[in-house]
Amino acid sequence: MTAQVKFRDLTLGYDRHPAVHHLDGTIMRGALVAVVGPNGAGKSTLFKGIVGVLTPFSGKIDLCGLRTRDIAYLPQQADMDRSFPISVYDMVAMGLWRQAGMFAGIGRKERARIETAIAAVGLTGFEQRPIGTLSGGQMQRALFARLLLQDARLIVLDEPFNAIDAKTAADLVDLVGRWHAEQRTVLAALHDFDVVRANFPEALLLAREPVAWGAAADVLTPENLLRARRMCEAFDEEAGECRVDAA
Amino acid sequence: MIVDYLVAPFVEFEFMRRALVGVLALVVAGAPIGVFLMLRRMSLMGDAMAHAILPGAAVGFLVAGLNLFAMTAGGLIAGLVVALLAGLVARTTGLKEDASLAAFFLISLALGVTIVSIRGTNIDLLHFLFGNVLGLDDPTLMLAAAIATISLVALALIWRPLVLECVDPGFLRSVSRAGAPVHIAFLALVVLNLVGGFHALGTLLAVGVMMVPAVVARFWARDLTSMILTAIAAGFVAGYCGLLLSFYFGTPAGPAIILVAGVLYFGSIIFGRVGGLARNVFSRRHLEA
Repeated sequence: MTAQVKFRDLTLGYDRHPAVHHLDGTIMRGALVAVVGPNGAGKSTLFKGIVGVLTPFSGKIDLCGLRTRDIAYLPQQADMDRSFPISVYDMVAMGLWRQAGMFAGIGRKERARIETAIAAVGLTGFEQRPIGTLSGGQMQRALFARLLLQDARLIVLDEPFNAIDAKTAADLVDLVGRWHAEQRTVLAALHDFDVVRANFPEALLLAREPVAWGAAADVLTPENLLRARRMCEAFDEEAGECRVDAA
Repeated sequence: MIVDYLVAPFVEFEFMRRALVGVLALVVAGAPIGVFLMLRRMSLMGDAMAHAILPGAAVGFLVAGLNLFAMTAGGLIAGLVVALLAGLVARTTGLKEDASLAAFFLISLALGVTIVSIRGTNIDLLHFLFGNVLGLDDPTLMLAAAIATISLVALALIWRPLVLECVDPGFLRSVSRAGAPVHIAFLALVVLNLVGGFHALGTLLAVGVMMVPAVVARFWARDLTSMILTAIAAGFVAGYCGLLLSFYFGTPAGPAIILVAGVLYFGSIIFGRVGGLARNVFSRRHLEA
């Protein structure tokens, strides 16, 4: 087993306030990791750090040779303009950016891949619909189709199953399982512990600092979850400087 | 014959032909840019930028008089500086881009009017603000044509990342570094077209041929390509009819063009196929599925 992502004494945050505090650890290549924790635990912040949107205050994220374009990232609230007049097909096709870039054409082979991806998320027949007409669940399906086309080594999903119905969530969880079977590394922030227990071998419980990390069943204990909740409610506007580094 | 009325002014008078060619050149590049501005919710940004180019053009005027090259270069520089400064302030401070731009363009406008009045007369100021579409000389026409050509080629080059930047900027950031350069290139195109339009229509109305056709197109098209083609067509109609009206009624040509576009706009609000009032409000019965 080789490492895919290494955190070394990683601290990330906003306005000098840490949201992820002194995180150490390694995610193995091909791992399927659920990142859990209360709101404000630093899950999204950690993901932003991994994909490079946020620069660490201190410490390091080692992607073990992955470049930004090898990572597919589904943010919690895609800052998407859903009123833009573009079809589902074209939106999904953006997933081919890594091959096609700014200029390359989309040929027959690529078109077949786009159609396969749309079929895989169950949106066949919706290709020419403007994205503005999709429901929340259909939109999430379309975004997963785009992720499929990105063909990334590392896939980072920030609360991908929020506010979608059970059937859609189950379909999308199946896709995540497929990525796992293909030896891709998948990180997903989740709130539904049943989904985590049923589908994710590994879990990281975060409350700014890591509370527990390991097999999902060992991490999601009532004691750990209670501890996480208490640790999360400690934001202090007037907090002093962290002395860990100086010690 | 009614056809005579529609064609004769352009056959008989060279200044009418020049005006028509100039307006068509402005529309063919301005309308697609207007569509993108509208879709990015930057419809008013074009207006702000039009004011922002004023001090640059005015400095050009101060140095070289009504010299096409000096005023164009000055306008370009001023427009780009304001766009970049506004963006920079928005990115480095807590201020939002629209607020930042508002401050910069107002300062810019005040500066521009002051500079023009140092040397010029009220007529010069009127030329600046409203242009003179019936007095286009060869160099101005060449400039408009060159700007249209450059704009269309540039739009084709940045098309894919530009669309992506509009739809899902976060995704573009995650797959490519093209976002920021493309945004700047787009702003440069906006400024370039405003400067091009400014000689013919003045700073105030140059935005008009850019935005009003785009807004009209929103009521008729559901996808981007047909929206842009509709906008260009609407711009052509407005340009042609506006010039005719101004010829027969002796009204100023620039405003006549925008007013015709305005008529198209009001028509579209009522009869538009996409979200027009007649379809949504007046037809009470909903569809089957």
